[in-house]
Amino acid sequence: MTQLLDEIEHEHEATPEPLQKVCIVVSKGSLEGIYPALIMANGARMEGIDADLFFTFFGLDAIRKDRQGKIRVATVGNPGMHLPTIVGVIPGMSWLATKMMGGQMEKLDIPPIGEFIELIHDSGGGIYACQATVEMFELAEDDFVPQLDGILTVGEFYELSAGAQIIFT
Amino acid sequence: MATIEIAGVAVERDPEGFLVHTGQWTPEIAAEIAGESGISELTPRHWRAVEFMRERYLTTGTAPSIRSLGKESGVPIKELYQLFPKGPAKLAAKIGGIPKPRGCI
Repeated sequence: MTQLLDEIEHEHEATPEPLQKVCIVVSKGSLEGIYPALIMANGARMEGIDADLFFTFFGLDAIRKDRQGKIRVATVGNPGMHLPTIVGVIPGMSWLATKMMGGQMEKLDIPPIGEFIELIHDSGGGIYACQATVEMFELAEDDFVPQLDGILTVGEFYELSAGAQIIFT
Repeated sequence: MATIEIAGVAVERDPEGFLVHTGQWTPEIAAEIAGESGISELTPRHWRAVEFMRERYLTTGTAPSIRSLGKESGVPIKELYQLFPKGPAKLAAKIGGIPKPRGCI
């Protein structure tokens, strides 16, 4: 019994293995849906942790040439904004909220999405698109920014994620 | 906190190995810390990044972000990660004898 307790205590003392790799799935196309994933991926690389980003559904907007510069904060259906829904629907509200947040982020040295993807890519982070979504939206490789490393099936994504922690956002 | 002798000087370091007193730093200490971190030789390109980090910290009081390190030091991001595979901002700060950068970017 004492031995068992000792062993349990020992297990607690052992320092957990440091993270080696993260694979982050980005499924949402709003500003607040995309940035946390980019910050986490870049933060991982800064710590020497491998990081790959897998964009799916509306998350693909972050790496689409035609949409990357048009990512907005959701002012409707987002209780975190503390805006009455009726105000959130006024044309231009989402634009205004995005502009204000953008200014604040620039102050904190957080890059715009395009530059951020480039930063992560140059840091060695992989940028991947989900094949099912690419087919669903009838897109082709040409529709994406040059940092795209490939279009993957879910199976290939899991293969890529071997030994990694998968984070879904 | 531990006091260790590096390059003939007794320096205080935090648990992660960053110098506690920036003033104790010497280029010889930089070479020692680099060696511990798996960088056997500090090339002029390494120095450029290390000196940029150090200078920026000494003038502004905070270490620069990886974004400005890549944009303003003259060493682009890709090369920074080749020079310091385990994290350029963190390692260049450690080698430069300044505290660990606290920012998220």
